[in-house]
Amino acid sequence: MTWRLAVLFLCLVLAPAAGAVSNLSDAAGRYSILNDRSTISFFVGQVGGGGINGRFADFSGAIRIDPSAVERSQVEIAIRPQTVFTGQSRVDEFLRSNAVFDVANAPVITFRSTSVRRTGDTTANVEGRLTARGHTLPETFSVELTDLDRSAIHFRVRGDIRRAPYGMDVGTPIYSNIVRFDMDFTARRN
Amino acid sequence: MLRNTDEGYGLVAIILHWLIALLIVGQLIVGLVMVRLDDQRLAFELIQWHKSFGFLTLVLVGMRIGWRLVGRSPHPLGTTRIERIAAQLGHASLYVLMVALPLTGWALVSSSELAIPTFAFYLVIVPHLPLERSVAAESWWAEVHEILAWVLVGLVAIHVAAALRHHFRLGDATLTRMLRPVHHRLDRTPRQS
Ligand code: HEM
Repeated sequence: MTWRLAVLFLCLVLAPAAGAVSNLSDAAGRYSILNDRSTISFFVGQVGGGGINGRFADFSGAIRIDPSAVERSQVEIAIRPQTVFTGQSRVDEFLRSNAVFDVANAPVITFRSTSVRRTGDTTANVEGRLTARGHTLPETFSVELTDLDRSAIHFRVRGDIRRAPYGMDVGTPIYSNIVRFDMDFTARRN
Repeated sequence: MLRNTDEGYGLVAIILHWLIALLIVGQLIVGLVMVRLDDQRLAFELIQWHKSFGFLTLVLVGMRIGWRLVGRSPHPLGTTRIERIAAQLGHASLYVLMVALPLTGWALVSSSELAIPTFAFYLVIVPHLPLERSVAAESWWAEVHEILAWVLVGLVAIHVAAALRHHFRLGDATLTRMLRPVHHRLDRTPRQS
């Protein structure tokens, strides 16, 4: 794992500096997110401490890492909120209902990147447009490439999303407006 | 003006009576409606208001009982011994339920595995009671809360009917003395006449 990160590090650092296309060829390519080796979890805090931890079981996504510039890479993810899971069926039903995701009318949540800004050797901020419940807003996630091999990449994505602008303000301020996402993705090279 | 005498109620008792009456009728209506809604969002919000107003009711009922204990209460009017005992029993049951209903509501919220915080009026975090959390415990307390609510509906109906009987049939001041505070010349001196 360490040597891979070192390779990646070199690729990411050297590529733009040298303008050398070939250095990034290891990571460059098109990838598909593997649902069964990835997790999308979230946390919503509540007054007095604690909160709700949840996951989405069903999602898919595609990543394209541009060989010439990381900045031109693209990410697209689709989540089916019907598959939300908190360990409490009543909470899950509530989240699926018109109170929150309204899955009957809005079965898919999508994210499409618009720009990628590198913040470090293995990290970047991915800006994009998040669409949920008929609202589309710009959001930013921080991405960290955690592992890389010939056939797959692994990365961790974190981001705080305000839910109120998506028409999901129910329960605030008892439950925080901020949903803290923590995702681990494994994506296989196509 | 503020305190009760043997003949009538003071302003404090009157205000507490009608405020609590309003809250309880409101709580009964909101409670019965919110558990029958399809709109989950509205139901959630109504339950939070129901909890807030329920705690307000509990606080006011506590003040009311305290006020009653430190002061005197007017004598019951124009009834037989049996009716007086019935009235006292009715009032005692009303007090018991006014305390028990919010407490069982608190218990059901506290024993729920969902552990939804109570943030009364978005101002005060009310802690959960130290009860075992399980689906069974929550549904048991919810059942008790519902049954007591229906008992209270019945008691309130009897209470209102009795007040109207006093006013229209018996023609005494039972109802009017809960509307107008008793007048005394000076609060602190013994009553005149
Ligand atoms: C004067 C005080 C109160 C009155 C008259 C009252 C009355 C009611 C009534 C009529 C219901 C509907 C029962 C049913 O049909 O299932 C209800 C439900 C409920 N009450 Fe209260 N309540 C009071 C105080 C409280 C308090 C203080 C709390 C919590 C802190 C509370 C929490 C609840 C909850 C969570 C439900 C829904 C139970 C369920 O989901 O089955 N109540 N209440």
